[in-house]
Amino acid sequence: MTQAVDRNDVALLGALRAGDEQVFCDLVARWSGPMLRLALAHIANRAVAEEVVQEAWLTVLRSLDRFEGRSALRTWVLGIVVNIARSRGRKECRSVPLPFEPHERAVDPSRFLPADHPRWPHHWATEPVAWTTPEDQLLAGETARIIADAIDTLPPAQREVLMLRDVEGLNGPEACNALGLTDTNQRVLLHRARSRVRSAIERHLTGGDTK
Amino acid sequence: MIEARDLPEMPCRELVELVTDYLEDRLSPEDRVRFEAHLAACDACRAYMEQFRQTINTLGRLPEESLGADAQKTLLEAFRGWFGR
Repeated sequence: MTQAVDRNDVALLGALRAGDEQVFCDLVARWSGPMLRLALAHIANRAVAEEVVQEAWLTVLRSLDRFEGRSALRTWVLGIVVNIARSRGRKECRSVPLPFEPHERAVDPSRFLPADHPRWPHHWATEPVAWTTPEDQLLAGETARIIADAIDTLPPAQREVLMLRDVEGLNGPEACNALGLTDTNQRVLLHRARSRVRSAIERHLTGGDTK
Repeated sequence: MIEARDLPEMPCRELVELVTDYLEDRLSPEDRVRFEAHLAACDACRAYMEQFRQTINTLGRLPEESLGADAQKTLLEAFRGWFGR
């Protein structure tokens, strides 16, 4: 074992194995939100996504005795829901695995001056301007829908990473563990996802005249 | 000491691809110096960085998701059944 099991995890495992209902309900309440977000990365139908989360919890119960503490308990549980959601998503053809797009750009290339520009090669042609909407208003009204739509249309692999890192606040190594990604791929996917959401907000706030 | 003037300038188009690596502290020392030197000199890229930060912060404030009450109840019953075997 490369990693000491978290003492809190030891206590949780002990309680679960002993059938402590309070601990189980508490974990279901705390962890089902992130689990549901992962399921929704692959499955559009909310009822089906909830089923996937339930199935994952049942798998967790069945597998408790096999948990070896190679990762934190929460990361292990998230990994279980990822596996179920990915295979269910494939069956329902929502997440047809797109070929990994090697050239996806954070910003549309037409926003920049050409490489042979005499003074400012590859500098902004259409500059971003500070958003006039205050940050704490970005989840109000129409912008909230724009953000939700942007997330809904992310490729599942990007969406998984964005959910764990930015929405649920896991750190890089935890997300890599839960999703079975290398650190580099995790950062590439995260950057693309963030960039797509930023672009969608920018398009909305500037009246759709930026790509 | 790595000096920005000894390194090729980082154009805006390159900077926008490196923002997450910068925030995660995964740039090489040279690229970090180039990144910061460009940012100090470019209003547009500072505006871009600010939008990027606002995007991340906003994602962190999305309303919580939760499983429906029925599903939670079903799970508790399953848990009881599991230990009542």
